[in-house]
Amino acid sequence: MNRSQLLDLYFLEARARVIDLAAFMDRVNRAEGEVDFRYQALKQAITELQSDDAGYARRVLLKFSDPTIEPSEKAAGKSACGAWSGIS
Amino acid sequence: MRYIEPHAHMVSRVTDDYVAMATAGCAAICEPAFWAGYDRSSPKGFFDYFRQLTEHEPKRAAKFSVPHFCWLCINPKESEDVQLATEVIDLIPEFLNAPNVLGIGEIGLNKNSRNELKVLEMHVDLAARTGQLILVHTPHLEDKFKGTRLILDVLKNDRRIQPERCIIDHVEEHTVDLVLDEGFWAGMTLYPETKCTAARAVDILECYGSEKLWMNSACDWGVSVPLAVPYAALEMRRRGHATEAVDRAIFGNPLRFLSQCPKFKPAM
Ligand SMILES: [Zn+2]
Repeated sequence: MNRSQLLDLYFLEARARVIDLAAFMDRVNRAEGEVDFRYQALKQAITELQSDDAGYARRVLLKFSDPTIEPSEKAAGKSACGAWSGIS
Repeated sequence: MRYIEPHAHMVSRVTDDYVAMATAGCAAICEPAFWAGYDRSSPKGFFDYFRQLTEHEPKRAAKFSVPHFCWLCINPKESEDVQLATEVIDLIPEFLNAPNVLGIGEIGLNKNSRNELKVLEMHVDLAARTGQLILVHTPHLEDKFKGTRLILDVLKNDRRIQPERCIIDHVEEHTVDLVLDEGFWAGMTLYPETKCTAARAVDILECYGSEKLWMNSACDWGVSVPLAVPYAALEMRRRGHATEAVDRAIFGNPLRFLSQCPKFKPAM
């Protein structure tokens, strides 16, 4: 498929997701209290979309990922929250 | 259309799901051993689960003319307790000759802990000693990248392990090349929020070639879609992929990997 055909197929869906993301950020901003590392990771991930280089999905996923390699001493619970708490 | 569902937890699904899958052309279902959503209290709970996977579920599937296969292990979510895991792993050999057992899985890591790694190594050793295929679960979300690297290290460090006989499941854009570059097979799980959408799975097929990739629904007791594989096939067609390419992705590839176990026979 060429670029124009891909836009025909996916543009509206992608547009809707960006608006959803924007509305989510408005919702968080309207609320009280502090944001945590998850919101920070999301904002860092968004900056990747400004790049001119392909590989967006991979880089966004890495922004949410634990980059360390040492195993943890003990499994803290069973679930994952979607962002690495060590993000700076 | 014909397809193989290489990863589905059917003990958690209703008969309507079997009907829908059979109607969509499902020629075989493979069920890796999984966490029940709560921790089992003793090895006896696993013994009963292994009987369910090897005796009861194949009979239930047969009522809908779908051959049912399974993989056995203690899931990484229950691997923090090494003593329990050791006792469960000791139960597995007596089930390995059951006609529907394909190998050891879904083993792997969940929170990338030292005990999980120990139990992963025990499973890998069992698979190597008994000549079984291996199905690996990679961790969720932020833990996936690290966990995939740790898992690959364990597999590569065991010289008895042949990469072409292992599939590393739940890959995404940041882990797929790590897996394929080392000669392993890779699975993509179609969970729109926490793993891959159909569109992203098709992107990965387009970017990394369809040689050693498969797609699965991993439907279980949580929010998941038993027809995710046929929906991904629809996505491939929307993108203009030829019928043969779709067939290769959803039938030919899983057939090629799973046929390394002589017991695997889909409905043709
Ligand atoms: Zn699973």
